[in-house]
Parts: sequence; structure tokens; C-alpha cells
Amino acid sequence: MKHKRLILDSDLLEIVIQRLVIELRENHGDFSQSAIIGLQPRGIVLAKMIHQQLEKQTGKKILYGELDSTFYRDDFRRTGKPLIPNTMFLEFIVEDKKVILIDDVLYTGRSVRSALNALADFGRPLNTELLTLIDRRFNRELPIQPDYTGVEVDTRAHDKVIVELTDDKKVWILTEEQTQ
Amino acid sequence: MNRLSTKHLVGIKDLTPDDIHLIFETADNFKQIINRPIRKVPSLRDITIANLFFENSTRTRVSFELAEKRLSADVVNFSSSTSSVSKGETLIDTVKNILSMKVEMVVMRHAAPGACVFLSKHIDAQIVNAGDGTHEHPTQALLDAFSIREELGDLNGKKILIVGDILHSRVALSNIYCLKKLGCQVKVCGPPTLIPRYISALGVEVEPNLMKGLEWCDVANMLRIQLERQDIRYFPTLREYTMQYGLTLPMLEKLDKEILIMHPGPINRGVEVTSEVADSDHSIILDQVENGVAIRMAVLYLLAAQKDVNA
Repeated sequence: MKHKRLILDSDLLEIVIQRLVIELRENHGDFSQSAIIGLQPRGIVLAKMIHQQLEKQTGKKILYGELDSTFYRDDFRRTGKPLIPNTMFLEFIVEDKKVILIDDVLYTGRSVRSALNALADFGRPLNTELLTLIDRRFNRELPIQPDYTGVEVDTRAHDKVIVELTDDKKVWILTEEQTQ
Repeated sequence: MNRLSTKHLVGIKDLTPDDIHLIFETADNFKQIINRPIRKVPSLRDITIANLFFENSTRTRVSFELAEKRLSADVVNFSSSTSSVSKGETLIDTVKNILSMKVEMVVMRHAAPGACVFLSKHIDAQIVNAGDGTHEHPTQALLDAFSIREELGDLNGKKILIVGDILHSRVALSNIYCLKKLGCQVKVCGPPTLIPRYISALGVEVEPNLMKGLEWCDVANMLRIQLERQDIRYFPTLREYTMQYGLTLPMLEKLDKEILIMHPGPINRGVEVTSEVADSDHSIILDQVENGVAIRMAVLYLLAAQKDVNA
């Protein structure tokens, strides 16, 4: 039987995102050297929301890009499924920028690893940080940790975290009950 | 639709319209990649590809090799003139020997039509046809259609004229299959002796008059006269061919619309097109070459995805 647990409702989600925006402002000042980069496919909506908030609050144009790391993934030819790339939008040079990578869920860390490799092909940033809305902290397969976290959740490998950011803003955990 | 319906790329005939769209969408990504400072991705780093060229080639060979290297594949090159084929080794023996050195994919050009189908039935590696005699040249047709899509958008309903030696041209046959699958209208134009007798079976019309064809079309694909494949004389002289089927700038200026001029190369300047046409704004010949690398990267990437490492 499947069990659905609500982690963040829309009010709480709004508060969490506001906190993340404030934390970013605390560390990045006027963002003149910083760039927001959303990770395809699921980090884009969150990255756009945060970018919009930051521009509104600072009153300044902030660099924004979308990075696809399909060709850098380590599971190509290993999942029985082809990996189809998403669009990429990165129209600035990342050299000497403070890059903030944004994704919705941090799980094994493998997507972030491939994104770091993809990013390196666009130059050498001054530093790179990771922001994630949900951190599934006990499932990491690589030594990768976020710099900014919305909420930490404890999940098992076969659980699913569902992030809905478009219409009805909510975050769920979908658990498969083990029936003996 | 997120995978190809085929394990090999032997011809466009075997592809579905969905396959072609998937290749185009993937090639869009690769085109972006080959236009940035670091033009390489690591996707095929655990794959070795053999380029077997039993026939001369400049563009296709360099294009495939670049595509392979930009996907980080290991590459071995082979040309028949410097190999044991000249000592009498058969095709299967040559390829089996190369495959026993652990090669996952074979890109092959061969003078015999059907050589790639034959090979795909006898060996385990994935085959990509880089031109087999007068049969097919699938990646050329894909890059041609991709180049048209880039200029004119969706190909559905577009009018394409193919001019020249249709009979001996694998580019023409693959182009016809590809363009028809994408919903284009296709006409061919050339000396009656160089138009295959059953061309209408492919849903293609014949337009004997070049000027009328140009007035009709959105794109004219000018093919080379393949003198090396012509065992008899199909027309009196090259000069006469040029007078009837050669494209000049005044002809394009006479039209009341803009059309695109394509050529698969190598160009015989002054025969099928004049230099002014080849170097004019109408021509997308060099865009075709650039797109060739992106299309071949997409084909190799999608074919590689068909087979898991441990399968």
C-alpha cells in the first residue's frame, strides 16, 4: 500500500523559500559577482522563483542560467533506458563568478556531481555553492552536501519525494508500506 | 518517444518520423555544445568506434571522427587503400578482426550497396552507414533535413527540389525517404537518363525544367554529377549538362522569392552550381557541414544508448 505524507504545505513552503532567499542575500550582498544556475530538469522552477525574488528584493539584474548535465551522467548505458537531454540556457561566462546551483531534491548526489562536471566545461567559477529545497540526508552515495537547505527529510531508498511547485505548491513523501 | 526504434543506422528507410525528430532534438543540444569553448562531453568514454572507409571521403570521415571525439569515444581509423583488403581479405574477415580488438560500433562506407545491412546481420557491433554505393547515406539526409529545419522551421509541407544525378546518388535516395517521412513535397530534376525509372513509386514527381522547378520550390538541393559511378555516357557533355541543369546567380535573381541552396559536397564549381551561387547568401552549404557533426553526435549517442554496458 502506498502512503502519502505531507512535508510542506503551500504556506510553509513560501516561508522556507523566503528563508533561503534571505540566506543567499546574507552571503552574496549585491550579487554583482554571483550567478543563479538551475539544474535541469526539476531544479528550474525553484531556481526561477528564487531568482525572481532576489531581483525583486535587491532591485538589480542577477545572472541566471539553466544547466543540463545529461551528457555527464554516470548511469548512461547502465539503466536500460536512454538519457534524453533537456535544453540548456547559459549565456554568460562562469569564469570568476560565485555560482549558486539550485535543485529541488538532493538524494544520491550523483546529479550534482554530473552538474559540477558540466559546469566546469563553461569555465572556472570563483566558487560553487549548492542550494536544495529537500535534502534526503541518509541516501548519499557521494561526498556532496548542500550549503543551503530547505528541509532535511529522512527517507528510505524506495520512497519518493514529490515536489509540486507550479499550481498547488506542496511537498510530499510517497512511502511504499511493506506488507508481510 | 525517447529511444530509437533501431539498433543500427543502415538507412533512413528503417527510421520512423519519431526517430528522426528525436535525432533532431538531440542534435540541437549537441550543436550548442560544439559552439562553446569546451566542445566535448564524456558520454561515450567507454565506447570504441571503428571508422571503416572502403571508399574515398573527406567531409563524412572528418565529420564522423570529430563527432566521435567530441563524445569522448576512442576511435580507430581504417582505409582500404592502406589495409590488407588489397591483399584479398574479405569484408567479414576484416571487420571480425577489428571487432576482436573490442570495438562496440562500426561506421562504414563501402562501394557495394547493401554492405552495411550484410554486416549488421553477421556481426555483433552496431553499424552506422556512412554511404553504401548508390544505396543510402542516412546521416547526410538527416543533416540536410536538420539544416532546412533550422532555416525554415517545421518541414511539413515544404517543397524541396533535388537536382542532378538522381540515379547514382545515395544522397538523393536517403533525402527522398527522409523528407517524405517529414511531410515534405519532393520533386527531382535532371537529365532523363539520370532519373530512376520507378522514381514515382517513392511519391516523387519529375520536373524536367530547372527554372520551373526553382519557381516551385523552397529549397534546391544541387547534387554532384558522379562521373566515377557512370559506366556509360548518360549525357553528351558536361558543358551541355551545365547549360540545362547548372544553377547560376541570374536564375536565382529572376525568382520573386528567396530559396535556399544546398549541396552535399564535394562541389564541382561551374558544373552543377557556379561559384557565385555556392558562395552567395542563398547557400547554406557550410551550415550543412557544421550541422553534420551535431547530427552524427546525436546518432552515435542515441545508438549507444540502445545497448547497456553489461548487456
